[in-house]
Amino acid sequence: MSRFIERHPAWALIVIIAVAIALWLIFAVWPPGLEEAIGRKRVFLNAVFNGITLGGLYFLVASGFTLIFGLMRNVNLAHGSLYLFGGYVGYAISTSTGSWILGFIVAFVLTALVGVLLQVIVFRRMEGQDLRQTMVTIGLSIVFADLMLWACGGDFYQIQTPGWLIGPVDLPLITAVKSSGEPVYLRYPMVRLVIFAASVVIGLAMWLALNRTRIGMIIRAGVDDRDILAATGVRIQLVFVLVFAFGAGLAGIAGVVGGTFQSLSPGEDIRFLLASLVVVIVGGMGSIPGAALGALIIGLAEQLGSVYIPTYAIVVTFLIMVLVLAIRPQGLLARR
Amino acid sequence: MSKCSIGLLALSSLFLSGAAIAQEKIKVGVTATLEGTYTVLGEDGMRGHQTALNVLGKKIGDKELEFIVASTDATPDSAVRAVRKLIEQDRVQILLSPLSGDEGIAVKNFAKTHPELTFINAASGAQETTYVDPAPNFFRYNMDGAQWQVGLGKYAYEDKKYRKIATVGEDYSFIYTQVFGLVLEFCGLGGQVTNRQWVPLGTKDFASVIAALPDDVDAIYLGLGGADAVNFLNQYQQAGGKAHLMGGSIMIDQTILSSKGNAKNALIGTIAASGQADTWEDPGWQKFVKAYQDAFPPNKRFPSPSLLATNYYGSTMALILALREVNGDLSDNQSKFKAALAKIELDAPNGKIKLDSNRQAIGTNFVTEVVDDGKGALFSKVVKVIPNVNQTLGYDPAVFSKIGLPSRTVPECKKY
Repeated sequence: MSRFIERHPAWALIVIIAVAIALWLIFAVWPPGLEEAIGRKRVFLNAVFNGITLGGLYFLVASGFTLIFGLMRNVNLAHGSLYLFGGYVGYAISTSTGSWILGFIVAFVLTALVGVLLQVIVFRRMEGQDLRQTMVTIGLSIVFADLMLWACGGDFYQIQTPGWLIGPVDLPLITAVKSSGEPVYLRYPMVRLVIFAASVVIGLAMWLALNRTRIGMIIRAGVDDRDILAATGVRIQLVFVLVFAFGAGLAGIAGVVGGTFQSLSPGEDIRFLLASLVVVIVGGMGSIPGAALGALIIGLAEQLGSVYIPTYAIVVTFLIMVLVLAIRPQGLLARR
Repeated sequence: MSKCSIGLLALSSLFLSGAAIAQEKIKVGVTATLEGTYTVLGEDGMRGHQTALNVLGKKIGDKELEFIVASTDATPDSAVRAVRKLIEQDRVQILLSPLSGDEGIAVKNFAKTHPELTFINAASGAQETTYVDPAPNFFRYNMDGAQWQVGLGKYAYEDKKYRKIATVGEDYSFIYTQVFGLVLEFCGLGGQVTNRQWVPLGTKDFASVIAALPDDVDAIYLGLGGADAVNFLNQYQQAGGKAHLMGGSIMIDQTILSSKGNAKNALIGTIAASGQADTWEDPGWQKFVKAYQDAFPPNKRFPSPSLLATNYYGSTMALILALREVNGDLSDNQSKFKAALAKIELDAPNGKIKLDSNRQAIGTNFVTEVVDDGKGALFSKVVKVIPNVNQTLGYDPAVFSKIGLPSRTVPECKKY
């Protein structure tokens, strides 16, 4: 951090000013002139919160994707199918047992199992052949999509939000002051906050696991140099299977989350594959903090875009991707 | 030019020889949105199509109809691709296509490049398709989006006493047409439409759109369909939304009313207008509902046919009846068949339908309100039946043409 400021004082200043403006926009009561210029504060705050919570969902999907890429150098284009599969499993479990939490656990376990099968049956056979792996995963994603269409039909599924999560909560952020002087607080859907908190916890846990545990050390070493790691006697294939299972399981959990606050239907697999590709390209392939930053940027861009420039909202995400590719092609937080 | 006509001649002779070899078969291409946001709409459309075949049969004299289905995803290019494939590879002679608004405009334009074939619109409802520069070989037996909104503005203003409303709709031609119909009527009576929000087709995260809904209006009009509508309702429930709602024709429809989960309950009491009403007592309608229910097991269909099923039923019915009238004669560039289509009067399940000079349907419209049947299933209940709705919505054609084509901002909120 301090090294960054020393090296790029001008950039640091710009970043600090931007953060200060953002904080002021969020916490201050807006003067009437500003409300006239860019609309009500409630709309802005909602868009920001939505962007952050959507970023949480994107992070869940993309972190598995980037982890698998970072370690094994394979671009798993069937990742979106794992997301949708997890969602359908979560739906089936939560409707049959009535337990939302159980839906998460089973979805994680089953998608992780699918991940293990993928790694053992498919990827191990074509290790180091990037193009072949990519083509095979595209093929698999099409096969999975059709199998799921056959099993679940084209209907939309929504996972029931448990009773204690339905409805809005008041947040201690003032959106406006009534003429009587009474402040109006921001009301925000509870379920999105919980989901965001959960993705932060998962993100932190992953960061800690990668940086503070022995298995994390092995994975980091594998990211840096797979061959040397194998030569030191680590059972690299087992590590691969574990990481693949975990990454796939995260996609499964994300599917349940997505099915809860959006919906599940054919086509979602491609949408989330695309989203996670954009996220990891912006954040940097193989980097977990990069996935978090990328997810946040893309989520915010989508939501603020849909409010302030609705017609061009779709373009904004891709513009960001183009900019990043032009200025820093390895991604914002990539190490190499 | 001569090269083109020789090409066409060669092409049509190819078709004729194709028909001669196939013998006794008339090939019909069908498209439906079996992918993407509108998947459920496409699937139920195909159920309506199948129901019509069950009721009417596939025999035309001594010939038999053969149907080839192609899938689209509600985008115009997917529709043109599907139609091209049906014509060029499967060599169909008649098309039953397409389902969605933008697709309709594209297919209508494409139809002009194949004047020898016949295109029967399956369910699309953008105004432009038959109103601007219509194709002589394109026939539409369902009303357009604006016709389907007739009566809603008046009911909202006079009976519900709504004065100010805002709209949220998907950003494409069919919903423009729906909002066009609503705004003309509602503003014509003195109502105000304060805000029109447009979201891209296939939007998943509506939270910011919901936050931007104004509080100072009497009702919010929703012009969404398929997965978008379900997502909106789900997030609307999570955000604790409480406003009065009004619905477009594919919003208040079995495709949404029988979706899973309880978010749809926000729609109970919502007023809407459409080319059908689920609980209409008319014997013709009831017979159709029964045929639809009998054709599929309960878990493979909706409790009652959706607007799409009804439209596909109607267009398939027009196809079969007109073909029978000419005894399957498709000679002379199908001219006899086209003439029969133009003057046929359909006794469709949702009321009598006849075509105007642009080959656009004049039919019956329904104002409805959503009710719970007591067992958790939602239906649209008839409030008002309005017969003989034409494409200019009862306006003088000269006045109507001055309003402009439906778009994000047209029509203005005023009395024309």
